[in-house]
Amino acid sequence: MDFTLFLFYAFAAVLLGASVGVIASRNSVHSALFLVLAFFNAAAIWMLLRAEFLAIALILVYVGAVMVLFLFVVMMLDINVERIRQGFWSYLPLGLIVAAILFIEMALVVGGKWAGLDAMPMPAEPAAGYSNTKALAWLMFTDFAYPFELASFVLLVAMIAAVALTLRARAGNKAIDPAAQIAVKASDRLRIVSLPAEKSN
Amino acid sequence: MEAVLQPVAAMFGAFWPLVWTLAKIVAIVLPLILCVAYLTLAERKVIGYMQVRIGPNRVGPKGLLQPIADALKLMFKEIIVPSSANKMLFVVGPMMVMAPALAAWAVVPFAPGVVLANVDAGLLYLMSITSVGIYGVIVAGWASNSKYAFLGGIRATAQMVSYELAMGFSLVGVLMVSGSLNLTDIVVGQGRGWFAEHGLNFLSWNWLPLLPLFVVYLISGVAETNRAPFDVVEGESEIVAGHMVEYSGMGFALFFLAEYANMILISALTSIFFLGGWMSPVAFIPDGFPWLVAKIGFVLFLFLWFRATFPRFRYDQIMRLGWKVFIPLTLFWILVVGAWMMSPWSIWR
Repeated sequence: MDFTLFLFYAFAAVLLGASVGVIASRNSVHSALFLVLAFFNAAAIWMLLRAEFLAIALILVYVGAVMVLFLFVVMMLDINVERIRQGFWSYLPLGLIVAAILFIEMALVVGGKWAGLDAMPMPAEPAAGYSNTKALAWLMFTDFAYPFELASFVLLVAMIAAVALTLRARAGNKAIDPAAQIAVKASDRLRIVSLPAEKSN
Repeated sequence: MEAVLQPVAAMFGAFWPLVWTLAKIVAIVLPLILCVAYLTLAERKVIGYMQVRIGPNRVGPKGLLQPIADALKLMFKEIIVPSSANKMLFVVGPMMVMAPALAAWAVVPFAPGVVLANVDAGLLYLMSITSVGIYGVIVAGWASNSKYAFLGGIRATAQMVSYELAMGFSLVGVLMVSGSLNLTDIVVGQGRGWFAEHGLNFLSWNWLPLLPLFVVYLISGVAETNRAPFDVVEGESEIVAGHMVEYSGMGFALFFLAEYANMILISALTSIFFLGGWMSPVAFIPDGFPWLVAKIGFVLFLFLWFRATFPRFRYDQIMRLGWKVFIPLTLFWILVVGAWMMSPWSIWR
């Protein structure tokens, strides 16, 4: 067994273990952290496929941003694990059926000859100086420029919608306009009054 | 060098690459830890003189042994784990802060060819590794099971996620003008241009054409490391010490070391991305590692200077600066740089 294969199995084993941890751990924060571990190992497996851009983007986007916010929310919720587990046995058959369908589909694609994966040649050794990032960018901004722009537009619309849905002006908001704060002059805050001195006699 | 290493390499056989890489890691991390220790002394001394005090001057000549004394004290202090804390995560938290701060150094080039891993996606690697550092803070804040620590963790998360965006966008500008994700190429690319041909190399570095991005990167770097004036994460007058409030001894020391290691890292990255890395500012002096050290030292001094000068920002002001000032500014300058590169006046051909 060569070293790359060994690495693949090592990462895959940790990935599977972490995935089981996500659904099996009793603490939701632990689950979220297991998910982070799973993302890291998935990124490592992508790295073995020389897809370094995808691997690092997975860590940057999912681990660095999405999961942080996820963890943020999970920590503030008071999740009762016992209540969630109540329906476990009644839902189990349905879950097993879904799992079996998924397994068969994946086995057909990966293992069988119907999907034609075995007819695909092994990818050639990339030439020296080949950059996965550059190749991906080249495709994205030439051949697939319009789908790419469309996808980013959909994301922009979703972002604006999310902001618009959650933004509400609350009564009694004490936010101060910084421009007004900076433009303030002494005469706005301070009034100098000249009082005649009292006569003492 | 090769000839000297040959017999040693033969001794280790197949394990030689592993041993050699480990040796290089130690050669980077040990001086780094030493720098971190002496940065704490430098901070106390610099701020002391700025405030017309002397700073620590009792341990060793001129107080030079103060960091050693601090380290010894922290190592021998008792580590107290709060009774209702999540023990495992409470211990892991400080490690999760420290590890990314050290791991990021793998792709930092110190001189031409002197780098642990000269990878093509170096800039991406840096961005992803530094974004992982938040986990330690948020995990420590949660695992302490204390309100102050939790508030500190939440503040840290919001602040670091916000300023990471501004930093990422300013690096997009650097990426555009250098056309490479490799840090060595980014530095070498800054040595070209009209000014470099006329002997004034420092005017060809990225800081001048990308001035807004440079300023945004530097200030976001201060916010990213939770340093004053953006240190509401620790905010001792509001939430005691934020995520570190329950830590004692080496647990606390690890947070402290990670903060300073991150400061040195951000200074090194600022020097590499915007200040020409190891290159000399004028043509008649040779390039070399001392220049990188000088630039890192300068940026670190700025960090200390900021701390001595500015009062702490209010929390809503920090968020406003990040989201409503820095991100639009970087986006605008990316547009300008893009148009500039496509115009006949482009200086990056």
